[in-house]
Amino acid sequence: MFDFKYRFQWRQVINNLPAMLDGAWITFYTALLSMVIGIVIALTLLSMRRSNNVALRSVAIGWVSVARNTPALLQIYFLYFGLGAFGATISSWAALLAGITFNNAGYLTENFRGGLRAVPETQTRAARSLGMTSFQAYTRVVIPQLLRIVFYPITNQMIWALLMTSLGVVVGLNNDLMGATKALTDLSYRTFEYFAVAAIIYYVLAKLTFGVARLAGWKLFSY
Amino acid sequence: MFSTDLTSNDLIFLVQGAWVTIELTALAMLIGTVFGTLFGFVRASFPTASIPLAFVLDVFRSVPLLIQFVLLNSAKSIVGLKISPFTVGYVVLGVYAAALCTEIVRGGVLAVPKSLRLAARSLGLTSLQDTLHITLPIAARVAFPGWLNLMLAVMKDSALVTWIGIIELLRTAQQINTRINEPLFVFFIAGLFYYVVSWAVSQLGNQAERRLQND
Amino acid sequence: MIEIQNVHKSFGDLEVVKGVTMNVNKGEVVSIIGGSGSGKSTLLMCINGLETIQRGSIRVDGIEVHAKGTNLDKLRRRIGIVFQQWNAFAHLTVLENVMLAPRLVLKLSRSEAEAVAVKQLKHVGLGDKLKVYPGRLSGGQQQRMAIARALAMSPDYMLFDEATSALDPQLVGEVLDTMRLLAEEGMTMILVTHEIKFAKEVSDRVAFFHKGVIHEIGSPDQVIGNPQKPETVQFLKSVL
Repeated sequence: MFDFKYRFQWRQVINNLPAMLDGAWITFYTALLSMVIGIVIALTLLSMRRSNNVALRSVAIGWVSVARNTPALLQIYFLYFGLGAFGATISSWAALLAGITFNNAGYLTENFRGGLRAVPETQTRAARSLGMTSFQAYTRVVIPQLLRIVFYPITNQMIWALLMTSLGVVVGLNNDLMGATKALTDLSYRTFEYFAVAAIIYYVLAKLTFGVARLAGWKLFSY
Repeated sequence: MFSTDLTSNDLIFLVQGAWVTIELTALAMLIGTVFGTLFGFVRASFPTASIPLAFVLDVFRSVPLLIQFVLLNSAKSIVGLKISPFTVGYVVLGVYAAALCTEIVRGGVLAVPKSLRLAARSLGLTSLQDTLHITLPIAARVAFPGWLNLMLAVMKDSALVTWIGIIELLRTAQQINTRINEPLFVFFIAGLFYYVVSWAVSQLGNQAERRLQND
Repeated sequence: MIEIQNVHKSFGDLEVVKGVTMNVNKGEVVSIIGGSGSGKSTLLMCINGLETIQRGSIRVDGIEVHAKGTNLDKLRRRIGIVFQQWNAFAHLTVLENVMLAPRLVLKLSRSEAEAVAVKQLKHVGLGDKLKVYPGRLSGGQQQRMAIARALAMSPDYMLFDEATSALDPQLVGEVLDTMRLLAEEGMTMILVTHEIKFAKEVSDRVAFFHKGVIHEIGSPDQVIGNPQKPETVQFLKSVL
């Protein structure tokens, strides 16, 4: 029925596995970095959203809205080509990191906003009544409890971030897992084999992240 | 004064790209909704027996879409299947949507109180009648906001098919940019399309959700 | 000394405190009784600036609470408050709950803060629960922890906002015992409470609050034992 003459060649993929695993490491830490920065920005955007200053609030609302309502790839393009238009050349990796971070921050802010409803306003009151400043109450009482509530969404976002790093290849990144895989296929034309293995590595990375997060969640939030 | 090299032909080109984006989204959502509903009911009704299904669907959610496009694209040349990249695009997006839709439908079905189903059955409704007239309508209402969100996610993810050479909205924008080199302006226009559609649909979703909570 | 002068407080169009004047002297225990929604809890929140006021003035040891330049964080160190909902910080152990403010606000070292916290927790009878998370405690224990948390700041005044209203009946006693202990030690206290018997027993003075104003104020024997205004009589009849 099918004209099936293709011979799979897995050996050379196995031989190049170390290069792909190096790429996987870059993928992982890029995602992790984008999450750490993204969380910090999200917490900042969250308090900006709650502030009385119209300008601060508009910036936060705008950020969240654009991040959630446009494709991540467009966001990365915009940063990569767009900043270039201002004469500021940024590397593919920097554009990827900035793009994912922008995206993460937007989605996380919404998650945090939902989570904040589960931390009663009276907790802030109690903290303020003890003489804490509003900053102390926010960082020492509200945020730690918020992090527990949003831990699961954060884990999800981290897995998304891992998968999103694959977009770097579109703006020419060639040393993350996706980029390295593409570079190898460009030399060998064994597209299917290389990308099948890359798929497995992404899957394992995603599941490992999930598992580690679960364990960490148990340890951190035992109360 | 603002000036641009963007021509009216370019705008037509962009609109054509946007149309491809809409087609991809619609076809993928059709596949995703049909299979997602089916699988969702299976997952909710036979939670243990359907674990293998859950595993397979989870794989589609845990591997970058970009790779899924490339894999199907190269697999079809390997087996000599004559389908267009466009078909590859909406099939991959459709399977991905089905995997996500399954979870949404499953959540909707599980949100229907068991006592309600028992009540329906005690009135003499058959299992099928119960499913069609009681469970499905209630589950659909619960699942609707999630389904809208899924549609938006699919629309945004459809931008990735640019990688296997399909000329959709983002690709047209990039091609125009290559010629006139006004990235901020060109990508802004493309972004505006996604934004407006996405924003309008999510407003609709919010309204639906509010109505759902009110009754 | 707490001096409350003609205080008015509104939420939007709704005026809940309508010109209240009263003083609380050092070492005094004053109870505020009255029906739900009479504005008594709101008045309490105004005393440490958790709520703003529209008119009048509140002075604590001569410091104008609602003046522009007043450092409320500094003032609040001296005014402890215990809420109806105990508001335990769920992510911290009992000991950490009590240590947090002394560490952050009074800038005590870890060991100093711990010493203060342990002392106060023992005082309220929770010396054996130091490493436990509040989620594992009963409501009464959590409320006593909240009292210890406020006491750890060495306040000059303690405000109690219906501290036992949210508790199961069998847990009320242990919290009242702790409050009685504080009263006996000479702490200056303002209690908003529904426990009329308790108010009569521990208070130096009792104020009856109705629709945002004080209808009667005086010794417990006077206000609870021999009320003069019909509203007071009516209220006491409904709760006793």
